[in-house]
Amino acid sequence: MSAGLKALRGSAAISGVATFGCGETPGFTDMELLAHAARAAVADAGLDMRDIDGLCTASASAAMWALPVVEYLGLDPRYIDGTMLGGSSFIAHLLPAMQAIRCGQCSAVLVCYGSAQRSAAFGRREIVAARRFLDPQPYEHPYEPMLPVSAYALAASRHMHEFGTTREQLADVAVAARAWAALNPEAFMREPLTRGEVLGARMVSDPLTVRDCCLVTDGAGACVLVSAERARDLPKQPVYVLGNATAVWNRQISSMADLTVTAASQSGREAFAMAGLAPKDMDVVQLYDAFTINTLLFLEDLGFCPKGEGGRFVADGAIAPGGRLAVNTNGGGLSCVHPGMYGIFALIEAVRQLRGECGERQVKNAHTALAHGNGGTLSSQATAILGTAEALR
Amino acid sequence: MNDNSIGVQAFHQRELDAGRFLLQRCGDCGRHVYYPRECCPHCGGTALEWKTPGGLGTVHAVTTVRRKPADGGDLNVSLVDLDEGVRLMTRIENLAPEAVRIGLRVQARVQVKDGRGLVLFDAIEGAAA
Repeated sequence: MSAGLKALRGSAAISGVATFGCGETPGFTDMELLAHAARAAVADAGLDMRDIDGLCTASASAAMWALPVVEYLGLDPRYIDGTMLGGSSFIAHLLPAMQAIRCGQCSAVLVCYGSAQRSAAFGRREIVAARRFLDPQPYEHPYEPMLPVSAYALAASRHMHEFGTTREQLADVAVAARAWAALNPEAFMREPLTRGEVLGARMVSDPLTVRDCCLVTDGAGACVLVSAERARDLPKQPVYVLGNATAVWNRQISSMADLTVTAASQSGREAFAMAGLAPKDMDVVQLYDAFTINTLLFLEDLGFCPKGEGGRFVADGAIAPGGRLAVNTNGGGLSCVHPGMYGIFALIEAVRQLRGECGERQVKNAHTALAHGNGGTLSSQATAILGTAEALR
Repeated sequence: MNDNSIGVQAFHQRELDAGRFLLQRCGDCGRHVYYPRECCPHCGGTALEWKTPGGLGTVHAVTTVRRKPADGGDLNVSLVDLDEGVRLMTRIENLAPEAVRIGLRVQARVQVKDGRGLVLFDAIEGAAA
């Protein structure tokens, strides 16, 4: 770990967060949803849109997305990051933004995302079709995998083969997510879900049923990052970024060297090293659960259990409310919200937990949180370690 | 074999369309490379040569894509490790999708359909690893 990265530990804090339109919002565009979340996050930080001089944003459909966002919000940023790493993007945006703040390039960075994926006429099916031309995978597409789900299904098949992981254990991930969602008024699916219902749901790509797959919703999320010094003068309790790292090992699933080990093992190790903390120090954990297998892989790769033990780790309510580890306390992508790229919602839920704003689902005395983003088909991984003032010491 | 007047992707497809499955091998580091590239992802070298693989491999991961009969019905998608040490996405064609298992030994063949070649595999009977 370089001294420069260590010195960035806790140098910036998230001082504002907001979500908007999580679930179903017919009649709104991606940009309109984003603008509502952005405005609310800036207000939550006690700032004005004119205070924002840095922007991080990405879109699954527009390659030059930062440009219309700057224009729409009327910004004049001195720092712009439009790096698109799929769903891990917004968590990956933190470290460069901290560097930009630290060196004085900018002082208040807005990280924002909005998608009307569920309601838009140009929806997921069309985006998938368009991507075959814009982002071709000529060595996978001819075999007609249902991407992304078939890629995760292949990883799941391998995990089951190597470690004896069962469909019941995968189902327990979805059941736990739903139990948390039941406590979250913002979650899209809140009715009780049983293991039997997950197993008996329509099979999509074996071994994953539709209940092993994330929601398709609309939604927007935003957060505001400022220096730690400035955050202490703003109205909300600062949530410090103690560590952040990003790793990419491949694009397509057929190029993944080991289907049971993701680049989260690298991003997690580096984020923890920067934070000077370990998995056992985490009070709440927000993982990018696009599919149930994700949660197992990330619990293992981030060090919460040994490789291969993810299935046994999550069995029988261990990550549900009242379990041994609080994972995906908003209901995750499986039950709360998933408008294409979920990462920013993992980050926002981590901040809300550390602020103590989570009502019924609040984890008591939460001072540290991990938020992890995934993008592509287990392709990109970004890990953030967050903490309150107590954790900063 | 490649005259360098077209990229390796087009060359590879042209050979497939003629019924020939080729693999690259790096003359610098000796490792096989798939999918075809202009430089070796292992060592960065450019001395990539085309080889005809033995075509034997092992199913590494498997899924059945569930589709309505109108959309073509259930479909096997597998990742196969060729004995040369590369992995590729493919389909195992001579078994029902749900009968394909990890560890199954398989043999490559090229299917040419409407002039377009595609690498597919068949299970080798009685040779499951």
